[in-house]
Amino acid sequence: MEMKYKSENRQLTITLTGELDHHAAKGLMEAIDRCMEQNLPVKTLLDLGGLTFMDSSGIAVVLRAKRRMEALAGALVVVNIPRQAARVLETAGLDRYVDLI
Amino acid sequence: MKTKSTNYINLEFLSRSANEAFARGAAACFAAQLDPTLEELGDIKTAVSEAVTNAIVHAYPDSLGKIVMKARILDGDVLEITIRDWGRGIPDVDKARQPLYTTGGEERSGMGFTIMESFMDALTVRSGEGKGTRVTMRRRIVPRRVSR
Repeated sequence: MEMKYKSENRQLTITLTGELDHHAAKGLMEAIDRCMEQNLPVKTLLDLGGLTFMDSSGIAVVLRAKRRMEALAGALVVVNIPRQAARVLETAGLDRYVDLI
Repeated sequence: MKTKSTNYINLEFLSRSANEAFARGAAACFAAQLDPTLEELGDIKTAVSEAVTNAIVHAYPDSLGKIVMKARILDGDVLEITIRDWGRGIPDVDKARQPLYTTGGEERSGMGFTIMESFMDALTVRSGEGKGTRVTMRRRIVPRRVSR
């Protein structure tokens, strides 16, 4: 699991690559928290295009990122969602709470 | 009635989170002989990941323990996967199967059983407090070729 980010004009783009499971989730959540605290974005794009696998741990990661953005009075948008990850997010009904593109 | 299997594997591993990827990868490799689509393979990997993660997080929260994964090919192109642990057990299985119910950490969403049910054709959970849990999942792989 690899995370990269760039921040421009208080828009943060976080790009994930690899497999997102319980083994990777805790460290990833902490890394996203630190990234948001350092950059104080008003909008965060969470780019899942590089994920080769995601289980329900990804739901927890997305929901925590959303809560962090709400605490900053900002917005979270999840983009480039691979088919397998989309099936997991749809099964959880996450499209009702988070912008999934 | 006992169901006849045409092939099987048994894998035993320690409840370390690093083994989640190993277990779902092994299940996918075994399932490949049924010629599944990529989507079917993704569903199987996801369901196995959920079951193994549940065992790691909930069965052995403060220690390391044994997990056994058994996969079988049954008549009719049915894949059966059983994940067994000898941990704490689930006090109330019906409650645990409810969406969003979790006693795990912040990295758990409470959607594990819901995903297993949605991504597989059948799910059975048997558990006893202090005795462990056995999760059995079945998925029929629709044949894509005339002959195998």
